Amino acid sequence: MLYREAGQFKTSYAADQQLFPIRQDRIGLILLLAVAFLGVPMFASEYWFSAILIPFLIFALAALGLNILTGYAGQLSLGTAAFMAVGAYAAYNFQLRVEGMPILVSFICAGLTAAGVGILFGLPSLRIKGFYLAVATLAAQFFIVWCLTKFPWLSNNSSSGVISAQNIEILGYAFDTPRDKYLLVLAIVVLLALAAKNMVRSTTGRAWMAVRDMDVAASVIGIRLMRTKLLAFAVSSFYCGVAGALYAYCYLGSVEPDGFSLDMSFRILFMVIIGGVGSILGSFLGAAFILLLPIFLDIALPFFAGLFGLPFSSATVSHIQILVFGALIMFFLIVEPHGLARLWQIAKEKLRLWPFPH
Amino acid sequence: MKKVFKPAVAAAAVSLAMLSQAAYSAEQFFPIPSYRVGAYGANGQAFYGGFIDYLNYVNMKDKGVNGVTLTWEECETEYNNAKGVECYERMKGKAAQSAGPIHTMSTGISYALIDKSAQDKLPLAMMGYGRTDAVDGSVFPYAFPLVTTYQMQASAIVKFVKDKLGGNLAGKKIVYLYHDSAYGKEAIVALNAEASLNKFELVQIPVAHPGNEQGAQWLKIRQEKPDFVIFWGWGVMNQTALKAAQKVGYPRDKMIGSWWTGSEEDVVPAGEAAKGYMAATWNVAGKQVPVIADIEKVVYGAGKGNLQDKAKIGTVLYNRGVSAAVLSVEAIRKGQDKYGKGKSLNGEQMRWALENLDITEARLKALGATNLLPEIKTSCANHEGSGKVKIQQWDGAKWVPVSDWIEGNKGLIHPLFQASAKQYAKEKGITPRDCSKEK
Repeated sequence: MLYREAGQFKTSYAADQQLFPIRQDRIGLILLLAVAFLGVPMFASEYWFSAILIPFLIFALAALGLNILTGYAGQLSLGTAAFMAVGAYAAYNFQLRVEGMPILVSFICAGLTAAGVGILFGLPSLRIKGFYLAVATLAAQFFIVWCLTKFPWLSNNSSSGVISAQNIEILGYAFDTPRDKYLLVLAIVVLLALAAKNMVRSTTGRAWMAVRDMDVAASVIGIRLMRTKLLAFAVSSFYCGVAGALYAYCYLGSVEPDGFSLDMSFRILFMVIIGGVGSILGSFLGAAFILLLPIFLDIALPFFAGLFGLPFSSATVSHIQILVFGALIMFFLIVEPHGLARLWQIAKEKLRLWPFPH
Repeated sequence: MKKVFKPAVAAAAVSLAMLSQAAYSAEQFFPIPSYRVGAYGANGQAFYGGFIDYLNYVNMKDKGVNGVTLTWEECETEYNNAKGVECYERMKGKAAQSAGPIHTMSTGISYALIDKSAQDKLPLAMMGYGRTDAVDGSVFPYAFPLVTTYQMQASAIVKFVKDKLGGNLAGKKIVYLYHDSAYGKEAIVALNAEASLNKFELVQIPVAHPGNEQGAQWLKIRQEKPDFVIFWGWGVMNQTALKAAQKVGYPRDKMIGSWWTGSEEDVVPAGEAAKGYMAATWNVAGKQVPVIADIEKVVYGAGKGNLQDKAKIGTVLYNRGVSAAVLSVEAIRKGQDKYGKGKSLNGEQMRWALENLDITEARLKALGATNLLPEIKTSCANHEGSGKVKIQQWDGAKWVPVSDWIEGNKGLIHPLFQASAKQYAKEKGITPRDCSKEK
């Protein structure tokens, strides 16, 4: 009833081609952004900022990066965490070694550095595909982490390879409280997400999808495979690099190379799979699911256990949490293999007809 | 998304409300980010079991510290940095009124919490691990790498080796076999300094994580024929090294490990190959220590023990947990002496107490903890307080101490910490405190 496009006439090409063609979607998005930018900072506690919202946004950004590469361009990658590591260490070094470098420029340079490294490790994709490519990107995962521990210059000769992020200051304003950091991360993520949403429906995005669906056919119709694939690697790594820099500067504050482990790459890949392969919204839903559900179970299980008088230790809770989490992933994959984004899409279609389905 | 949020808020709010009701009488709260599941769960079970058993013991035997009951809440970190941060953020609200030192037993989580804990004014204890340059309390007021650090420990091991080799290391060769990670690399700077001071040759051999294949490394060790092997292992790497040493015929009694490589979990799986192997430790194992025996009697006698597997009582890691708790409780006593007996301490007061610890041999004896851990005297300039370790040897069934407390070369190692802390202060724009004005 509320969600119906009847009566919304598009009288110009611009109206027809806009990012969110349905008016309700636009209103919804503006409301969501208003809540995120204005409502949340007023009411959320420090715990929500530093333990839930900031990591959620950062991982959503990383998942978005991987989704561009895997979901849109069809190149499976297991090196996401490594590209994040490149971003984190690059931002650190730019800040450290270039006097008076603005932090935002450092973040962009970090993204560009990661993009460069991404292109390098994307080269094998010109020859190998699918699971074999995944193994090749695995090399990036191990090589980069090794590299960061091996060369002390990269961590400013820290004896342990751990770097500690510098303070964030933009135009004389110090971003030091969790709320400030949240707003900074939110602004960057929103910008990059809108850019991605735009990109995937441009020529570039269509070329990616053509390559994903059948690269031989794509090359026959004149899409240059090398450029398209490497561009996908570059853009994807740029997103991951920025996410890595934010991870170091706005979330943990200090990072070590081993923190960017294969385990983290897998987690981001699961976010993409659960959220929806080839969907911008899916990256956010997936990150929310993978990141927030365990925390929710962690808090809710002892509460329910207390209600029923069951003796739960924190270890038991942890075991049960892993169990429930695994079961839910399987449930979702069976019921909706295209991820949470697809569920949302189905809900939207149902809503259009509601309350009078045919 | 929103559907997930709401019940989470509700559950959190209700559980907070339930907890705050209990907080009326004087209580000292310990936020414990522990790990009992995951790859290192077995280690965490023993350590945190010992820690909580001692808190319980103080509650049961002395009715708390001057009448202040010790309370705690555990949060499972699975040794994962992000989860550790989440746990810390979750518990820090409760720790605002009264906070015991936070023991994470993880270098990674400690690194992630160093800035946050200083901002929130909560003391972070990192007993025997890092960030090690936090020994310099002028830059790190809220971080306490108590008892010993990787570098001081490496220095103490070199001293022990020197004694073994007749008091002179010139021209000798020592292999440093280490886990190729932040943890393994911490000690290198100390060993290099020792090598140039004592004129021995240091051969560094890294082992990639997880280290379950060390054929090449031990072949190299056989070629090098070192006088000693200093061993900085981790997890499965430890037993593998012992078996590999046996295979190439390197004597185990010429191998000395760090304190992460010297627990029962490390040597029992290696079986016969572990016999004669030595490791550093900052607490002794065994139930002969009076306080350990008493905990078993009092706490487990009342059926309130934390461990399900009682066989772990008296193991190296269990006793380490007890040692950590002893230090924490002694700090509470010290703080109450200054800020009022029978009152709980907040993070700032606790910080002062940890910085002014003075646990003498006599005090340890009174606690029944003679020889469990070394004497400790901290100050603003020295958050380590001791720098002493013991060398213990595995006789095939138990760990036997084979040395007295050995102190690392403070004059050599502490300047390294100060230089590193200075660099950190510069990067972060911190103005160090003036330690001469602290009291």
